[in-house]
Amino acid sequence: MKPFVRHEGLVAPLDRANVDTDAIIPKQFLKSIKRTGFGPNAFDEWRYLDRGEPGQDCSRRPLNPDFVLNQARYRGASILLARENFGCGSSREHAPWALEDYGFRALIAPSYADIFYNNCFKNGILPIVLPAPVVDQLFRETEASPGYALTVDLEAQTVATPNGEAFAFEVDAERRHRLLHGLDDIGITLTHVDKIRAYEARRRQETPWLFL
Amino acid sequence: MTARTLYDKLWDSHVVDVAPDGTALIYIDRHLVHEVTSPQAFEGLKIAGRKPWRVASVLATPDHNVPTTGRDQGIADPVSRLQVATLDANCREFGLTEFRMDDARQGIVHVIGPEQGFTQPGMTLVCGDSHTSTHGAFAALAFGIGTSEVEHVLATQCLWQKKSRSMLVKVEGELGRGVTAKDIVLALIGRIGTAGGTGYAIEFGGSAIRALSMEGRMTICNMAIEAGARAGMVAVDEHTVDYLHGRPYAPRGALWDQAVAYWRSLRSDEGARFDTVVELPAAGIRPQVTWGTSPEMVVPVDGRVPDPAEAPDAVKRGDWERALQYMGLKPHTPVSEIPVDKVFIGSCTNSRIEDLREAAAVAKGRRVAAGVKLALVVPGSGLVKHQAEAEGLDKIFKEAGFEWREPGCSMCLAMNDDRLEPGERCASTSNRNFEGRQGQGGRTHLVSPAMAAAAAVFGHFVDVRDVQ
Ligand code: SF4
Repeated sequence: MKPFVRHEGLVAPLDRANVDTDAIIPKQFLKSIKRTGFGPNAFDEWRYLDRGEPGQDCSRRPLNPDFVLNQARYRGASILLARENFGCGSSREHAPWALEDYGFRALIAPSYADIFYNNCFKNGILPIVLPAPVVDQLFRETEASPGYALTVDLEAQTVATPNGEAFAFEVDAERRHRLLHGLDDIGITLTHVDKIRAYEARRRQETPWLFL
Repeated sequence: MTARTLYDKLWDSHVVDVAPDGTALIYIDRHLVHEVTSPQAFEGLKIAGRKPWRVASVLATPDHNVPTTGRDQGIADPVSRLQVATLDANCREFGLTEFRMDDARQGIVHVIGPEQGFTQPGMTLVCGDSHTSTHGAFAALAFGIGTSEVEHVLATQCLWQKKSRSMLVKVEGELGRGVTAKDIVLALIGRIGTAGGTGYAIEFGGSAIRALSMEGRMTICNMAIEAGARAGMVAVDEHTVDYLHGRPYAPRGALWDQAVAYWRSLRSDEGARFDTVVELPAAGIRPQVTWGTSPEMVVPVDGRVPDPAEAPDAVKRGDWERALQYMGLKPHTPVSEIPVDKVFIGSCTNSRIEDLREAAAVAKGRRVAAGVKLALVVPGSGLVKHQAEAEGLDKIFKEAGFEWREPGCSMCLAMNDDRLEPGERCASTSNRNFEGRQGQGGRTHLVSPAMAAAAAVFGHFVDVRDVQ
């Protein structure tokens, strides 16, 4: 996993609440057995005017001019500004894979759905929670000033605006540590093998039917 | 000792280790696997040269991509076929139990787990699927995970988790005639919103929950995720124990007695404290119909489509306007005047035998309305299908003009050929009415099985209480 320490990037505003993972990556693309290549189909149904199918050359498809990410000023955005309960719905990790492949490194919203939030950290994406009024302000500033960029500092746990204003955010110490160093969860867990075996041995005694 | 909630008990009994920030390593007893969220996890295992930690903890089945007709011809779509073949190959390679597409026990993961007795009280159970919350109906801690975590559980039998806050949803009293578990959970989501349960594990309690069958409890826990909660659960009682007795994976003999004695302790202690309590009186709940593109956009069947001008805030107003536009609906339209093009009875929410019985009771002796292009009944598993056929439900449906299909997820998410065309409107017993969920441009209204059957025979939504 790519470590995340500090990132400065162009911001794109996605101004709707409850954006679900079906919208982030529609189901027909979940048939892939790979982990990569989902970026061109991120937000497929909003982004293109035709019906998306796996295996198309997306560069030839008609873009929906009304979809915010298609506006020239947001091309190359790497920070996505969103509303409450972002990533609700299905557990598909294809959603963070698609966002990452599209080029997003950080998300900012007042809240996220649990599973999606968790999945982001496994893929080097930092989902930042900021209070709704702050998110409102960032929406206003992004929309008012083309080229609006933010600086996200995971070490300092701050989001800084172009005029120097900084907002602190919370993140679990353990998640922060793993993201800062790009650590592999399984590797860490396997350093606990003895404890897992001891737990299993005890449970085999107490609740033997669980091990049938 | 302090009084503990059911969630506390399930959590405490699975903690292997705790990190300094409180994140816990918890042990996972059971792991359900399907074809969509597992290929990359197996690939990860192979690249790292790892093996599943405990093979017996895994049960796999293909459900999302499988066709519901002509199974003997295999899967026509090459991309779907490859995904199912990949699951078959991975299970064979790692020695995992799989109910393949041609197995009589194949079905939707969340239907077959309980049906096989693979899901049991006191367990932790995960699956790369958000509706894993379903299994909490058995007083298990069950929740959906992403593919990285599927790989993590395969490799280590554990997961890193932060404990959630606890919410008690208390449904006291008696449900009215024609009102079902589906209506309870839709009414709850209408009340607390799709983010109302975020960060919580919900326990459902109260006399109306205790009166429900296991099927009904599964329907409610299934949709806990639509309220934002990763896990839903119900305490053990006689219904739980009776349901599990004699199931293939349930313990037998002395172990059964030992297990049952333990299971009976799986309830919140008297005086246990919840972070939040929501009371939803059963008597006030009417049959529900969603009108928008989120499960919280729901009204009783005798209600009307709301007016965005009356939305509580600006963000919601925008959401409502967008939803009405997508759904092709006007504010103030009575729900009973909304016509439907297709009807889908199925999904892990409502495809169990009881659901099919309720739908068949409405369909019996009636005909699918002329304006309805397709009314599908898709049983949740091969065994549900078999049971329904033994009861003659398939005949009732077929005589009424419904199509009787093979088990799978089907038009719940339309990864196979069962889908809505742009603009088509569907009465569906599934759990998500998101844009495009049942096919690009498709319009989904979530309802109970009886309400879906009634919509099929009348061609528009009707109050099932007037029909039964
Ligand atoms: S029936 Fe629908 S919700 Fe349930 S597992 Fe299948 S796709 Fe998911």
